Amino acid sequence: MCPEPVEGHRTDQPSAEDAALARIVRREAGLIVAQLQRRLGNFDIAEEAVQEAIVIALRTWRRDGIPVNPGGWLSLAARRRAIDLLRKRSREVPLADEWDADPTTSAMAAQRSGDERLPMLFGCCHPALSVEARLALTLRAVVGMTTQQIASAFLVPEATMAQRLVRAKRKITTAGIPFTIPAAADLAPRLDDVLTVIYLSYNAGYLEPSASGRELSDDAIWLAELVTRAMPDQAEAWGLLALLTFLSSRTQSRFDDQGRLVLLEDQDRDRWDEVAISRADGYLSTAAALGQPGRFQLQAAIAGCHANAKSWDETDWLQILTLYDLLLRFDSSPVIRLNHAIALNHLRGPEAALAEVDQVAARLSGYHLLHATRAQLLTALGDHAAARAANERALALTHNPAEQYLLRSRLMNGGE
Amino acid sequence: MKYVLMYTNRPDLDAAVPADRQAEVYQAIYGWFEKHGAVMTNMGAELQGPETATSVKSSPNGGEPVVVDGPFSEAKENVGGFSIIDVPDLDAAIAIVKEWPSLQLPGVAVEIRPIVDHSEM
Repeated sequence: MCPEPVEGHRTDQPSAEDAALARIVRREAGLIVAQLQRRLGNFDIAEEAVQEAIVIALRTWRRDGIPVNPGGWLSLAARRRAIDLLRKRSREVPLADEWDADPTTSAMAAQRSGDERLPMLFGCCHPALSVEARLALTLRAVVGMTTQQIASAFLVPEATMAQRLVRAKRKITTAGIPFTIPAAADLAPRLDDVLTVIYLSYNAGYLEPSASGRELSDDAIWLAELVTRAMPDQAEAWGLLALLTFLSSRTQSRFDDQGRLVLLEDQDRDRWDEVAISRADGYLSTAAALGQPGRFQLQAAIAGCHANAKSWDETDWLQILTLYDLLLRFDSSPVIRLNHAIALNHLRGPEAALAEVDQVAARLSGYHLLHATRAQLLTALGDHAAARAANERALALTHNPAEQYLLRSRLMNGGE
Repeated sequence: MKYVLMYTNRPDLDAAVPADRQAEVYQAIYGWFEKHGAVMTNMGAELQGPETATSVKSSPNGGEPVVVDGPFSEAKENVGGFSIIDVPDLDAAIAIVKEWPSLQLPGVAVEIRPIVDHSEM
């Protein structure tokens, strides 16, 4: 089993209308939050006001249709909600009145400062916040997802997600987390934090079988595009965009007609999105020309090797193994070493690969793809009893229905 | 914004650091305070070791507070000192703290804690 991230069943398709509404909200929401935040000097109220406006907008637009100027509609609704929220905290009313009387300033400031969502994105992905909080905040404040949508995508109760957001916003205010693009000396690690959150959003999207999950992958690509537009000189941002675009080029072939998972080696390559692949190749060239290697570019290059191989048999495993060797210099995590071992299997056989897999087994004992990979290698080596035990362990550890189905069918077909 | 910086260390790991290395870092700390003097609301204090600590704890049954030997927590980490700084935001505080000389030694951490601003209440 190639541990390519997988997508779940696609039940619960969103209506085309809901998807269109989500895209309109996404285009406007983050900009409105950023403008309100700068205007009020209060992220919590700005973000809450826009969130409430989005909930009202979704309800109203579904009933009455999308207005001619949805951005203006949302912006006005958010300002009204912000004034209400400010009035509840009486000491801030003069500020609200002053702001209400001067509607031009924010637009002028927006022109001056480029894409205002970028500083907000850096604030939401600040290392002083937990990774879970970074994900939730980014999706709500920058992408304009509702708490309910985020909760559904991450399979947690809405109340839990709401609580997580409240705590994160409180920390931003109380601890003084700034919304600024970091200075050059700190930019590389801070950008890596931002790109990681975007990558994790994509992962959450394709591991989650519901429609909101698929939307999440689309949102992640949108975020990656936003970063590359605002910071075109950052090679890793292009690397991430290339990686996500390569992965999304296989979306249509990752499942068969019955919603069953199709492994990379069995996928119908004619169904891969050629346009997306050539776009991703272009992003990767842009990244390479900037001469700043990094882990996202290397992962993209590996995904590109698969995307550009005419068939499974023509996969350039030597190139992939070399790229994994380079990647380990940037990211020596056990998951990368597991993938390195899988590439090694194709070049030097299952014995060498199993030896390497076993080196990371202790650290990945709770990761189903470790056991599924061991099962594959043990089968190749003829140790069927151990392979069966490993497949059973993998089955017990995955919650993804499509992966469960695949593992069960392996166990039934000869027990390994 | 005002933040308290709590300088923490691990006494069990400090023992392994050679004395001349410790002296070197200690010397660098003077330079650090000098460099960041402008943002120091209060230089704070360096504390005697945890073995000198006495804690007064609330009584579990609501009686008289209890006096006990040792620091308030059983943690391996020890608060070795504190300062108060006044800087624009958390990133400014982090930038200063990253230069704290003792961070070159194992087991050292500096906790940054915002202070409650009573003027806004």
